[in-house]
Amino acid sequence: MKKALRVAAVGATLALSGLSLVACSSGSGGGNPAAQSGNDTGPITYVQGKDTSGNIPKLAAMWNADHPKEKVTVKQQSDNADQQLQDLTQHLQQKLSDYDVMSTDVVWTAQLAAKGWLQPLTGNYKLDLSGYLPSVVKSGQYVGTQYAAPSVTDSQLLYYRKDLLGSNPVPTTFAEMMKLCPIAKKAGIDCYAGQFAKYEGLTVNFNEVVTSNGGTVVDDKGKPTLDTPQAEAGLQELVDAFKDGNIPKAAVSYQEQQGLNSFEQGKLMFLNNWPYMVADIANSAQAKDIRSKYGIAGYPGKSAVGGHNLAINAYSKHKKTALDFIKFMESADVQKNRVEKESVAPTLSSLYSDTSFTDQYPYLVPLKKSLDSAVARPITPYYNGVTQAIQNNIFQALQTASTGGSVDVKSVLSATSKAIEAASSGS
Amino acid sequence: MTTVAGPAVETAERPVTNEYSIGRARARRRKQGAAALRTGIQAAIIVVWCLLPFYWMVVIGFRDSSYTFDPNPLPIHLTFANYISAFDTANGNYLGLALLNSFGICTVVTIVALVVGISASYCLARLNFPGKGLIMGFILGASMFPGVALLTPLFAMFSQLGWSGQYQVLIIPYIAGALPLTVYTLNSFFREMPWDLEEAARIDGCTPAQAFRIVILPLAAPAVFTTAILAFIASWNEYLLVSVLGNTQIQTVTYAIAQFTGSIPHVQPYTTIMAAGTIVTIPLIILVLVFQRRIVAGLTAGGVKG
Amino acid sequence: MTALAAPPKSPPPKLAGRESAEANRRRVTRVAYALLAPTIIVMLIIVAYPIVQSVIQSFNSDASGIDPKTGLFRAGGFVGLQNYTNWLFQQCQIGGVTQACPPGSPQAGFYNSVFVTFFFAIVTVALETVFGIWMAFIMNRNFRGRGILRAAVLVPWAIPTAVTAKLWYFIFDPSGVLNTVLNINVLWLSDLWASRFAIIIADTWKTTPFMALLILAGLQLIPEETYEAARMDGSSAVQTFFRITLPLLKPALVVAILFRTLDALRMYDLPAILTGGGGGGGQGTQTLSILVVKQIQQSNDSASALSTITFLLIFAVAFLFIRLLGANLTGNERKARRVAKEA
Repeated sequence: MKKALRVAAVGATLALSGLSLVACSSGSGGGNPAAQSGNDTGPITYVQGKDTSGNIPKLAAMWNADHPKEKVTVKQQSDNADQQLQDLTQHLQQKLSDYDVMSTDVVWTAQLAAKGWLQPLTGNYKLDLSGYLPSVVKSGQYVGTQYAAPSVTDSQLLYYRKDLLGSNPVPTTFAEMMKLCPIAKKAGIDCYAGQFAKYEGLTVNFNEVVTSNGGTVVDDKGKPTLDTPQAEAGLQELVDAFKDGNIPKAAVSYQEQQGLNSFEQGKLMFLNNWPYMVADIANSAQAKDIRSKYGIAGYPGKSAVGGHNLAINAYSKHKKTALDFIKFMESADVQKNRVEKESVAPTLSSLYSDTSFTDQYPYLVPLKKSLDSAVARPITPYYNGVTQAIQNNIFQALQTASTGGSVDVKSVLSATSKAIEAASSGS
Repeated sequence: MTTVAGPAVETAERPVTNEYSIGRARARRRKQGAAALRTGIQAAIIVVWCLLPFYWMVVIGFRDSSYTFDPNPLPIHLTFANYISAFDTANGNYLGLALLNSFGICTVVTIVALVVGISASYCLARLNFPGKGLIMGFILGASMFPGVALLTPLFAMFSQLGWSGQYQVLIIPYIAGALPLTVYTLNSFFREMPWDLEEAARIDGCTPAQAFRIVILPLAAPAVFTTAILAFIASWNEYLLVSVLGNTQIQTVTYAIAQFTGSIPHVQPYTTIMAAGTIVTIPLIILVLVFQRRIVAGLTAGGVKG
Repeated sequence: MTALAAPPKSPPPKLAGRESAEANRRRVTRVAYALLAPTIIVMLIIVAYPIVQSVIQSFNSDASGIDPKTGLFRAGGFVGLQNYTNWLFQQCQIGGVTQACPPGSPQAGFYNSVFVTFFFAIVTVALETVFGIWMAFIMNRNFRGRGILRAAVLVPWAIPTAVTAKLWYFIFDPSGVLNTVLNINVLWLSDLWASRFAIIIADTWKTTPFMALLILAGLQLIPEETYEAARMDGSSAVQTFFRITLPLLKPALVVAILFRTLDALRMYDLPAILTGGGGGGGQGTQTLSILVVKQIQQSNDSASALSTITFLLIFAVAFLFIRLLGANLTGNERKARRVAKEA
């Protein structure tokens, strides 16, 4: 027993001293971050959400081979967007310099920039962004300043059943699509679904119906603009569709995966989803029955812009290298490579008009159509609060509609506006 | 106690025992048989209820992913592919690393929490000194604070120390998490132990430290052992802290499971997750089954004696 | 070990005089604090310091609006109790004016979360107690296969909560095994009561075994003769349970219930992974801990206030428990002994 205890004590001591030995690295930054000259080179860290393709480390290796003194280390975060933002926030709040280049979701630009955490891409850091998709370039701006550079974009597509559609033209508006729903009913399947569970996907889908009807959710100053006939028409479309059963009741629980399952199992005629689903239909066993029967088109209306930009940490110690790495990631070669290996949507306009390239990746054609008219979600430094305000109110309305209750669209939108205002006051 | 049964009941019972003793014995045996059957049925219900979801996890872990939603309860469409892809790092999952990390972190945490916790609980149980109630209250009260609220300040503190992303940012909070449990369990055990033994040792010339080592500790071994298992399992299962303070290098198994992805975004590879879930659960199940008697006995010996 | 063989003969040596008693007391105190130091230090660093930080944060504001020219946040400052009153009275500052919060803002969901938190705590702990007692009774009986039962019961308890949540998420999937086998079409993860029920099922499955073990530990302390006596006295099984077993079990039960309640009031992992706090109108399973995490992403200051409120609520529950039910936590075993002797 004596011996055992001594062993345990020694083990514990060793463990503790081991801990204190490794406790030295990564000091905290500070000072005036924006004042740096733009000539600082050295090793950097690139941080992004989980890379399920395994391609990012390969790209990093390509860069490292050419830049032995400015090597990049890839840090992967969670695959969950909320956790990615939480991770960035915590590091930046502490003014840590350990992240140099950050992959930022398009809706984060404003809130990170407003805290002073992003290096403005002006002066020494100016990038030539003329060749990139305008809607994406805009998503990297806040109060007229470019803070993030386009990297990969995303936009929703309409997946439809060719076999059921027959000779009818592919719908280009929500109303046209609803007119085709009797076909689905006859076939005994659901007509349309998007993402209506209470999460970011709902904000995306709500934004789409409002902007497709010519409305907006907020104006340039972040003030809500939902008291318009256009916004009302948009929400009314969703509410009616839920009431009629054109959108199945179960869709209030749909995130991307549930809609995908339903479509792949042949239980859905129209699905609003991101381009990644093309690859899934090609590989998934449950999709074998519909593999030859489906088509893709641009979103019937104006899709929301998704995707990630690249930004430089204001506290980075090697901003020049960071900027060069961003240029590398934006280059045509890397963008092509990422389309090939990761099935992402590129941000360089020329790739969409290069027919030899789009022939290889046919989904790029409808995608371009969606992207051309795509509209950003609200640009506001209070984005988290604003999107919560939207989700809370709109979800409740859709949920009520799906169970046959009556929904007064006007009062829902007015409550949503008030909640957005409250969120934009920072409480 | 005596108020429960009145004398009227007693008189009613007595003649029966005398006259029909043989018949009663037979009836009792039949009654016992029925009781055993009832017990058996109830036990079976409990076993099924406890094991069925776990069984489903194992079955799905071995099932071809094309048949993920096939409700057939039998192990059909068997494949080992899920286990292979669970350990495959191509999709950014590092289950092997996470297992190693978890073993390392939890072992260190358990040992340190025991060493620190034994001394604390012993003196809380055996010594009288001012501020004792306050300290016990502090240790228990601290464990009531919602863990989610500690995350941001902890992260800030660790990054000011320059520790972010290193093992100690998990180990130290885990020790703090295991300590209230350790102190509480061992404290109630030490409190129940007879004083005489220790006094005898003292009379034999032992110092208090020696008395503790030679007499108390061996007696406490089962409780210490139980506490060790409880602390190990608690650390192994921790998710909230590692989800914020962890990263790819220091990830534990719960982090790995929660982050598990396939090659396609927005698609959860259920079968692989179930395989991975089985893998991270198996060590605990083995631990628990092997030491089942010890756990139950340890809890009985010290765990909850009010 | 050899010391054990020596029978205890004389009472402990008496100390000479008051002075040496005083010196002895001081020495004991010194030793005690030396032994406690590591525990106290770890707890201070990892728990007390963050709590203090969080409380300080809760009296401040992260930012006071935005500079319209640069778009940057202006530094916040001391705001007193505003973050607290915002939650408790569901107030928001809209355009600098304090007014009632519109629906859909986090503050408006505060009392819903309080309800959800206490609802889950009460229902799960009640179910776990009832099922726990039942399981403990069966486990306490002597029958062939008792080992299997005891082993099986430990399985749900040993599975990490993160895995449990994923497992039940899969089972409760709209096209999952539960709906298919029962041939029903329940939206387990989004209907108001179905989703609450789903979380209760998962939590009960996961935690009842531990409760059962704690109760079993209490049961085994009750001497067999007590039951014999009751049987002789002719009391029925139900009578025996309520008049004998339960009072004797009470000390163990109260502690087990207290710990489970405190845990349940902080429930986070299960609803976070299963429903994300959704269900019904969208906040049907949003516990206070989930609300805190959502609020951290919006503003740290009011999230800190919310977690302090949560802490105070939990603390109040613990206090009530100890006062009303006499949970004996801190080492006062006289009362427990008395109960045992009376029995």
